[in-house]
Formats: sequence, structure tokens, C-alpha cells
Amino acid sequence: MEQMKLDLNNYRNLLKEYLLTKNETVLYQAEQLSKMSVQHSISPEEIINVHIEALKDLHPELPQEVTDSLDFLLEAMISYGLALQEFQFLRQKQFELESEISVAARMQETLLSTVHPSVKGLDIGAISVPANQMNGDYYHFVTDKDGSLGIALADVIGKGIPAALAMSMIKYSMDSFPDNQREPSLILENLNRVVERNVDPSMFITMFYGLYNPEDETFSFASAGHEPGFYYHASEDRFEEIHARGLVLGATHNATYQQCIQKINKGDCIILLTDGVTECRVGDRFVEREEVRQVIKDYIHLPAQNAVDKVYKYFERLQEFHLRDDFTLIIIKKEV
Amino acid sequence: MNINLEVEVKKQEASTVLVLSGEIDAYTAPKLKESLLPLTRQPNAEVVVDLEHVNYMDSTGLGVFISALKSTNECGSKLRLIHLQDRVHRLFKITSLDNIITIDTTVRGGN
Repeated sequence: MEQMKLDLNNYRNLLKEYLLTKNETVLYQAEQLSKMSVQHSISPEEIINVHIEALKDLHPELPQEVTDSLDFLLEAMISYGLALQEFQFLRQKQFELESEISVAARMQETLLSTVHPSVKGLDIGAISVPANQMNGDYYHFVTDKDGSLGIALADVIGKGIPAALAMSMIKYSMDSFPDNQREPSLILENLNRVVERNVDPSMFITMFYGLYNPEDETFSFASAGHEPGFYYHASEDRFEEIHARGLVLGATHNATYQQCIQKINKGDCIILLTDGVTECRVGDRFVEREEVRQVIKDYIHLPAQNAVDKVYKYFERLQEFHLRDDFTLIIIKKEV
Repeated sequence: MNINLEVEVKKQEASTVLVLSGEIDAYTAPKLKESLLPLTRQPNAEVVVDLEHVNYMDSTGLGVFISALKSTNECGSKLRLIHLQDRVHRLFKITSLDNIITIDTTVRGGN
């Protein structure tokens, strides 16, 4: 601990030199000394103490009032020393928490990772970016031997760790459903019971589930209060809102879900999103759904992954690279 | 930007009216929950929430109303939301919560 102590000799010399020369360089050295003192947890009152000692050495005949006033200053600085200690302790704690959260975030990425499937005739693009480290949005693709594609997209209320934990529950519940149970409305009904039984009363999840059937080129879907996506009719260059009414997961134990079906033609797109896209806010202004639709339209001609990336970049820039909410966008384009 | 939420409680004959103004988000939702939930726990109480001056609400706010609704079902009280602005009302419609929570948009007092 000896080298942590402020060096009295060094301080005395610096002070003496400054009093004699008023040299700027010495002032600079004093500043360096203060930085070093912070690094080595030397408290402000310790510096003052050394200052008093050095001054007494240099000027033994110092008036009593000056000595007394310096003692007074010493007492007045004690709280600052304690605050510094607390600050250093909190900084260390924060560092530990941050590394713990980044471990959790990496684990979440592994647990919830999904493979972007290659399905004949479909071009699929997806992007999901958390506002903070942990993502409260979740999407998952399930492919079947018969070439069908299931798409789950969910958004847990709130952000951060509780949301991420709830997402893992959704994913593992879905994994436990039998393979023959692929009807979107039934999947949501079952998940609703799981969520209602297992989460806090004020927590809920919105979710969209869709199933693409390559045989008859149809898309069946159901929604549990999820932000409506868009359907793009290529032949008419027209967007339509995907309507499917259904209660959010977790609000009541017996919710049922309406299932809809849509025939998909060549060039048509299914666009799914979370409210991080539509509830995007710039200062005091809300981004309207019309603007979201227009931005998607601007890029819809691009390959799907390219398009979702471009739309994300647009909103990231708009919000000055600081997302307020988790952002997820999926575009599925029928190629042939 | 108004990041606060003001909560005013008014007694009106048989009901208690909670007049809110400001924004309901992750930061202000706990304040709403603190005022709203105890009211819903009184049997036979009628709790009215006036949202006329709430210009922004996110999903955390919806969560508070869901837990308040669950509490009314358990305790035999009633919950009613009035004077919703369009943007706030849209949230209840999208999530279909307007099917299970009583929302009265016909009264737009003060406007």
C-alpha cells in the first residue's frame, strides 16, 4: 500500500516550485497528480492533509488562522472522500452487472436462435434488433418435411431481462407441442394457457403465427393482439393490412383465436413486424403506420434480406441510432 | 417532452374516478399501478379511469390495465376507461383488450 500513499516529498517540491515560479507546467503536473490520486483511491481530504503538511514545512510561520482554516477545509471535504469510495464501489458493481448481462444476452441468442430456412419458391428476410442488450422480440421459423413453413413472431411487454425470460418460455412451449399440431389458432390457444398460468398478472405477450403451405400456396395465420403486418399484392402494387383479431396471450385463460387464410401469388409479400417498428418515435413526433408502409414500399423490390436491412437502417437513422423499443421485421416474398 | 404522469383521484357518487394526465410508459406505469390496483381490490367498487389527457401509452400501460381487470374479476369490482385518445384507443383495439375491458368512448367531456 506504500506507493498508494501520496508522496509528501513530491507534493512539497511541486508546491514549492509553483509558489516560487507560478509556472503553468507545475500546475499541469498537479493535475496529473490529482488524476493519479483518483486512480489509486486517494481521498480529497488526504490530499489536503498532505497540502497542510507541505505548507507547514515550507512556511513554518504560517498564521494560525490559515492553519485553522485548512483544518476546517479538511473536515469539510470528508464527505467527498466517502462519495468517491462509493462511486468506485458502484463502478465496480456496474462492471460486474454489465458482464453478467452480456453473458445472459449471449445465452439468449443461443437459446432462441433460429435458422433462416431456405424454402423452395420463397425469399425470406428477417432482422431483430434489441433496444438494449436483451431482446423482448422473438421470431422463429419451423420447417416441415412436406415443405411447409411455420413463422412465429412475438413481442413481450416491456424490455430487458424479464421479457427475455418470458420469450424462452414461449419457445420451449412451442417445441413441446406435437408435430401434427400446426394450426396457428390452436398454437396460440395453447400458448395463451401457458402464459396465463405462468407469468405475472401485468405481463402479456403479443404474437402472430403463420403457416405457409406450398401445396396450395396458401398462408394461414392467427394473431394474439399482435401489431398488424402487411400483405403486398404485387400485381396491383398495393399494400393491405393483415387483419386477424385475437386477444393478447396471458390476459384470460380461455381465449380463442380466429384463423384466416390467404392465397399467395407470384411476387406477393408477407410483411410481419413488431410495434418497435410502428411505435417508433422521433422527439415528440410519432411515426405513422403510413410512413412505415411507404418506407417498406421503397425497398420491397429488393431481395428480402436486403429490404429488411434497408428498412431497419432507415428507422435507426431516424431515431438517431438509439432505438426506443426492440425492432423486428420479417419479409417473405413469393418468388415463383 | 412530458415524461411525467399526474394521477388525481376524485370521488363521484358511487364511483372513484382516476384522472390521468401525461404519458404512461415503463417509468410512469408503477405510479399508475400503485394508485389503480388498491381501488380495484374493494368489493363492489366502480373504478373509472379518465384518459383524456394521456397522449402516449405503451404496452407497459396495457399491462397495468390487464392486472387491474384481473383484480376486478377476483374482488367483484368494476373497471371502466373513458375519454381515450385515438392513439391510445388503437392499442386496446389491436390487442383486442377492448373486448374484455369496458371502454366508453361516447363521452368526450371537456372537448
